[in-house]
Amino acid sequence: MAKITMREAISQAIMEEMDRDPAVFILGEEVGVWGGTYAVTKGFYDKYGPDRIKDTPIAENAIIGAAIGAAMVGQRPIAELMTINFAFSAMDYIVNQAPKLHYMFGGQFQVPMVIRAVGGGGRQLGATHSQTPDAIFAHFPGLKVVSPGTPEDAKGLLKSAIRSNDPILFIEHATMYQVRGEVPDGEYLIPIGKSKVQREGKDITIVTYSKGLELSMKAADELTKEGIEVEVVDLRTLRPLDMEPVLESFKKTNRAVLVEEGWKSYGVGSEVASRIYEEAFDYVDAPIIRIAQKEVPLPYNRALEQAALPQVPDIVAAVKEVLK
Amino acid sequence: MAETISMPKLGFDMAEGTLVRWVKNEGENVNKGDVLAEIETDKATVEVESSASGVVRKLLVEEGSVVPIGEPIAIVGSADEKIDDAPTKVVEPKTEKKTDEQGGVELKTEKEERSETKEEKPASQSQAVTAPVAQTEEPVEEGPVKASPLAKKVARDNKVDLARVQGTGPGGRVVRKDVEAALSGKTTDRGPQTMAPPTVSRPPSGEDETIQLTKLRQAIARRMTESTTSVPHFYVTHEYKMDALMAMRKQANDFLPDNEKISVNDFIIKAVALALREFPNLNASFAGDKVIRHGAVNVGIAVAVEGGLLTVVNRNTDQQSLRFISADVKRMVAGAREGKVKPDDIQGSTFSISNMGMFDVENFAAIINPPEAGILAVGSAREVPVVENGEVKVGWRMKATISVDHRVSDGAEAARFMQKLAEFLENPVRMLV
Repeated sequence: MAKITMREAISQAIMEEMDRDPAVFILGEEVGVWGGTYAVTKGFYDKYGPDRIKDTPIAENAIIGAAIGAAMVGQRPIAELMTINFAFSAMDYIVNQAPKLHYMFGGQFQVPMVIRAVGGGGRQLGATHSQTPDAIFAHFPGLKVVSPGTPEDAKGLLKSAIRSNDPILFIEHATMYQVRGEVPDGEYLIPIGKSKVQREGKDITIVTYSKGLELSMKAADELTKEGIEVEVVDLRTLRPLDMEPVLESFKKTNRAVLVEEGWKSYGVGSEVASRIYEEAFDYVDAPIIRIAQKEVPLPYNRALEQAALPQVPDIVAAVKEVLK
Repeated sequence: MAETISMPKLGFDMAEGTLVRWVKNEGENVNKGDVLAEIETDKATVEVESSASGVVRKLLVEEGSVVPIGEPIAIVGSADEKIDDAPTKVVEPKTEKKTDEQGGVELKTEKEERSETKEEKPASQSQAVTAPVAQTEEPVEEGPVKASPLAKKVARDNKVDLARVQGTGPGGRVVRKDVEAALSGKTTDRGPQTMAPPTVSRPPSGEDETIQLTKLRQAIARRMTESTTSVPHFYVTHEYKMDALMAMRKQANDFLPDNEKISVNDFIIKAVALALREFPNLNASFAGDKVIRHGAVNVGIAVAVEGGLLTVVNRNTDQQSLRFISADVKRMVAGAREGKVKPDDIQGSTFSISNMGMFDVENFAAIINPPEAGILAVGSAREVPVVENGEVKVGWRMKATISVDHRVSDGAEAARFMQKLAEFLENPVRMLV
């Protein structure tokens, strides 16, 4: 097992799939000559050339629209959005076209497209470039939304996404490219739509994903010192949402804290909490608490930005509150 | 064939009842007519009899649940019979904590309640775990017991009364471990003394005290308001010579053991029933554009109980012997005061008697118990100076006042009824022939 960064894991996944399938190609802003804003596609342009690594104008609706068209005629585009905040410029294509074409045209078309988008705050990019609007996209049936929290998952899930015949939004967290983790040697796939227990424990369940996983694992480490054994369930995919490991864990611990980076209102945690109440009501031994971003546009000022984002101490406090 | 036992309708205005206690547990044999459960209605705690014989296969509601009439509460069948796996109906216990304070045992005095709880404890331990009681001195909160859904489920599965579990969660919420602690009996050695309800301390003088109405009180408030606002009452008072009756009573009681002595009231009940037989219009109910004259004469007797009153019913009173009436009424009065009466004991009266003779009351007027057409209010039989043949003598006299629904009857008829009653009370031998 090699210990590599999230960036390397994503890069490997794309390269392996491009080598395997000539229909896979990349398009986006600065993905070619520059090698990607987060250097994920560094070296790709030299290796695959301008036909398969396409730099585009700064026009997100054009990027996604072109990707959808290419996918409909048999290509497997990977469209990169420099940040997910730019997805709003292409909203109609992302939520109104890509997820519905297969359905509305009686199965005549498929849209085997992956949109890679960088999300999340913490890099002082200001209110409009730092959002975590994952829940918005997970709202639409027909669009799969994947957001990994470890290099291993990132690689395995992205490879599955590229091979999938459905449109998939693959959200990478801006502050996690340097996160290191062990990745299996050789080729492997991780199925989309499967949650995973990332850490076992018996006292309380934390349900989270992406950046929240990193924070929750740190919180779990701290809580261990106080004798609290936290089980951490990583959703990995927001749609389709796999509640089975969550419910299984909850039925064991009877208590939960839900951690996400996006805003609390109408968020991923709200969805998970509702599902728990609906499907495991008789197992609820304490109110479920959501930890999420403060309900403000994310500030630029570093101290304020950090204060608005969920932090490890918030999770630790929430766990203790729920265990009271 | 398995039979479903439903929440019975125990009064004409009953919409729901609280299942206070299961007398039979799942798996126990039950014969038709055996008491299956105790149910608290607006009026009283009554015993529900099984309408089938067999084995209690399933209890469908929790103790403390409020169940609408007609809803299934239990399934009785044969031991090996396959029954529909009806999911246990979980009716949210409306006011579990309140039940103890003022609900299921509202007809008992606090002292009786305490001693009974103690007595019952050893017996119930084999079937249900009695969890430790919250030893709180705080006033009991309104509303349901605060417990997590999981705690509720564990309590339900193990038949633990949540109201008696000490909650350690935020705000005293009962959580799983509290129920488990109760189950493991960690605190059971605290013993029966912990069963004592918190003593009620009197508020400092001058301060208002708000008393939540018990169900019984609510029912009385509703029924009496309904009666006085919708039934036009009139009253006729008559004084009865009781010398012969007092003498006969003494004579009769000389033959009877102490616990079977016939009271003055027993004579009055019998006399009223016989008089009603001749005045069918007063043994009746007003029903809009008609009057229903009841075929049976069922005399209701108002019984003062803790926190209110109940009317117990002696059936076909006109046809019963004095001795039977006396025994029947004694049994029902005792039941009412203990808070346990059968449905039949409190419904179906066609005319009522309220006797305050024991309180040294000369005379009073009662409010009609709808839908009856009349009620007789009876004062004390007392020795007073009376004039007979121009001479002042000592005699037994008793005053009674009939209240009558003027929609059904008029003053003259009521007055004649009171005269008819005199024929029986003043010549009691007439009651025997």
